[in-house]
Amino acid sequence: MTNSIAEIEEADVIVITGTNTTENHPIIAQRIKRAVERRDARLVVADPRRIDLVEQANYWLRQKPGTDVAWLNGIMHWIIKNNLHDKEYIDERCEGFEELAREVESYTPEQVESITGIPASDLIAVAELIGKSDKTTFLYAMGITQHVTGTDAVKSVANLAMLTGNVGRRGTGVNPLRGQNNVQGACDMGALPSSLPGYASVADDSARRKIAAVWGVDSLPSKPGLTVTEMMPAILKGEIRALYVMGENPALSDANITHIEEALDKVDFLVVQDIFLTETAARADVVLPGASWAEKDGTFTNTERRAQRVRAAVQPLGSCYPDWRIIQRLFQLMGFSADYASPEQIFNEIRRVVPSYAGISYSRLEKGGIQWPCPDIDHPGTEFLHAEGFKRGKGLMTAIPYKPAAELTDDEYPMILTTGRIQYHYHTGTMTRRCPSLETLAPEATLEINPSDAERIGVSDGDMVKVSSRRGKISLRARVSGMVEKGVVFTTFHFSEAPVNRLTNDALDPVAKIPELKVCAVRVEKG
Amino acid sequence: MTTIIETKKKVQLEIDGKTVLAPEGATILEAARAVGVRIPTLCYHEALSPIGSCRVCVVEVEGVDRPATACNTQALDGMRVVTRSERLFNLRREVIRMILAHHPLNCSPCPKNGDCELQDIAYEYDLAPNDFGSYSIKTEEYPWKEFSTPILDYHPRRCVLCGRCVKVCKEIRGLGAITMAGPGALASIQPALADPESPSRCVSCGECMRVCPVNAIEERMGGGKGKPWETEKTATTCAYCGVGCSLELNVVNGKVVGVTTDDAAGVNKGRLCSKGRFGYAFIHSGERLGKPLMRNEKGELEETTWTKALTKVAREFRRTLAEHGPDSIAGLSSARCTNEENYLFQRFIRQAIGSNNVDHCARL
Ligand code: SF4
Ligand code: SF4
Ligand code: SF4
Ligand code: FES
Repeated sequence: MTNSIAEIEEADVIVITGTNTTENHPIIAQRIKRAVERRDARLVVADPRRIDLVEQANYWLRQKPGTDVAWLNGIMHWIIKNNLHDKEYIDERCEGFEELAREVESYTPEQVESITGIPASDLIAVAELIGKSDKTTFLYAMGITQHVTGTDAVKSVANLAMLTGNVGRRGTGVNPLRGQNNVQGACDMGALPSSLPGYASVADDSARRKIAAVWGVDSLPSKPGLTVTEMMPAILKGEIRALYVMGENPALSDANITHIEEALDKVDFLVVQDIFLTETAARADVVLPGASWAEKDGTFTNTERRAQRVRAAVQPLGSCYPDWRIIQRLFQLMGFSADYASPEQIFNEIRRVVPSYAGISYSRLEKGGIQWPCPDIDHPGTEFLHAEGFKRGKGLMTAIPYKPAAELTDDEYPMILTTGRIQYHYHTGTMTRRCPSLETLAPEATLEINPSDAERIGVSDGDMVKVSSRRGKISLRARVSGMVEKGVVFTTFHFSEAPVNRLTNDALDPVAKIPELKVCAVRVEKG
Repeated sequence: MTTIIETKKKVQLEIDGKTVLAPEGATILEAARAVGVRIPTLCYHEALSPIGSCRVCVVEVEGVDRPATACNTQALDGMRVVTRSERLFNLRREVIRMILAHHPLNCSPCPKNGDCELQDIAYEYDLAPNDFGSYSIKTEEYPWKEFSTPILDYHPRRCVLCGRCVKVCKEIRGLGAITMAGPGALASIQPALADPESPSRCVSCGECMRVCPVNAIEERMGGGKGKPWETEKTATTCAYCGVGCSLELNVVNGKVVGVTTDDAAGVNKGRLCSKGRFGYAFIHSGERLGKPLMRNEKGELEETTWTKALTKVAREFRRTLAEHGPDSIAGLSSARCTNEENYLFQRFIRQAIGSNNVDHCARL
């Protein structure tokens, strides 16, 4: 997030898209509701599903899945055409405006309506609202990114925010809501194939030299590595021979898991470090039992860049070790020295390597979390980014044409399947499904289906249905619901009994390499 | 952080002889707290707007006959307020006596014993169980009424009808999943009839349980027993979504038995969702891996020692490195692990393996 969670309550207009916030980030949803109820903020929801927040929304744009770039371009078209953009801000802080303006010229409200299904009048009303308000905050999540055009959609959100001067001020911003607790931290720490800790590129010689000096090595590899979604095909091609997986369960969470299973079975050596024998661990050659979150010390960084302490409440179970101890031991067995006595010592090394963490210390964190960038020990942390301008000089606006989803429906697979989460479970359910309370609330996967589709297929609420795609087939119970539009079905990926990723498409966004988990063509049958 | 613009006028009043300057619109209770005068309360909760149902907070206002409830009476310029007198003591004692007349008072089997707002106030006003025909906490409880969610139990006998739960559900959750219904002292908290798809359905967040001053709302499938004085609380950060709520793991005898919050802490200020509040039982699940596993000749995973398992891993990595080079090894780190672990993991892949083939599942 460029801005902070608390600032959501200061916005005049809140635009949320691709996030069923009530289910995925309930505490943020409460803030949104409060802003609407107490401060009379205007709420715009752009989502194919009738999510809870639609009830509170002033406008609900129900776009067809996978058409985000089109409606965002449409909004920008109207704003520019009617001179509602923030010219001073753009002149001073952005570049690429001319190209953007040319690109969105053809996205008339009528044109956009024909692509997205959003009525032209609604699109115009929302464009006017954003264009004329002082502070708009944009919140989005996986519903925007998990498409072949995901990077495009994220850039489009940024375009719109810059166009209206909504970056670098309180109560505004481009705010991705992170699904998992420490996605932000994992990225900050350089658990990415093309960036080092602190986001310097692996190709940047001086950044590599600086880190190599701290680690006491002569050089570090400069060739960008493979992303998770490229690793699996690389295994099948024989390029990757050994895979080390820590605390992830790709055999359930990744798109087109039949493909993933093949890769996990094929790789010469698979080592999995986890707290349960997950679907992935069950295929490993060696399984290393890690300690659970309640058993270890360290830090997480939340979606608003706030580093916070995690503290051990109980001893590790059995002979489990915290993950950092296991990695440290492997370091030593590979002939390197890695002498840390505690997570705090590791953190102090992070402070030397990642400048935005330099001022954060365990003793400061005793008094509460701190938001990076925090360059020195007296710095209070940063509530919102880009206050003084953009890091790269000028904010880059990019012209982005709308491209349709990779997989389109046809006679054989006439419906669109989209996937997501529910609030009672987390990811592949390895933790939450072992909590009796949460399991009671949501014991099985269901397929949300519109009443008219249900009638056509001849299923009623609670019947079993078979869902198939070009890649696989699963069975689950139907839930007839107006949440989804006609022609669209929805389910979650928490349940191994109905692994929806047997169906999903592993076509990738060319830049971010995110699979198109949100759209795939399926057939639904009674049975 | 919200900046409160101090445009409000101040009012001046006197509380127990002390002069108080309070912002216009403040209640007598807020004004009193600002100068350190304690007025007992029961239904009042700082995170909520005043409810005004219990009358424990009565005070005398000069010139007004009937005592006023401090939690929801506005402090006015020139007011003279008395918070302690024999009359007030007796009034409060009577109010609490009425509540206690139908609240079971054999506190020892109650898990809230020692951390109960009703118990504290009864003690303060010198009320003891043998002042009443007391109920037994267990036998009189059944059958339970169905609450708004299957994971919480509601005990009508213990409920003091303060109304906090109804208020929190409406104010903080923005829902109205429960209501108070029934006549007078026989009223109880009941699920509001709502269609299962409506946004006012119960989302099992447990906020109602959190604000209940007694033990009238309880986790049905809780982690086990433990009295407040044997419970150790460790402040930590939620393991689930990216909001990063602050919470406290409650530990009794080395086992996590529940989750509580500090109303002042973190981004959530005491609030949690169902995962944060009820998602802890996995920690002690019987399915946890306790020992390293290694595939044997028959191809099955078999328990082994750390030394054997780690030596095998290091040997396989070395062999692969020698035969196929560093880019033939890849590592998947985790968005669920700590910063320290992610940092060390990527350092391992970059330094010990010599490749940038490291990623995590942020994309999924
Ligand atoms: S659990 Fe949450 S939503 Fe349900 S009744 Fe209690 S406060 Fe309301
Ligand atoms: S259940 Fe608890 S919070 Fe609700 S009215 Fe009864 S005592 Fe008050
Ligand atoms: S309590 Fe709920 S909203 Fe808060 S961090 Fe945990 S999962 Fe997210
Ligand atoms: S605390 Fe004031 S009426 Fe209950």
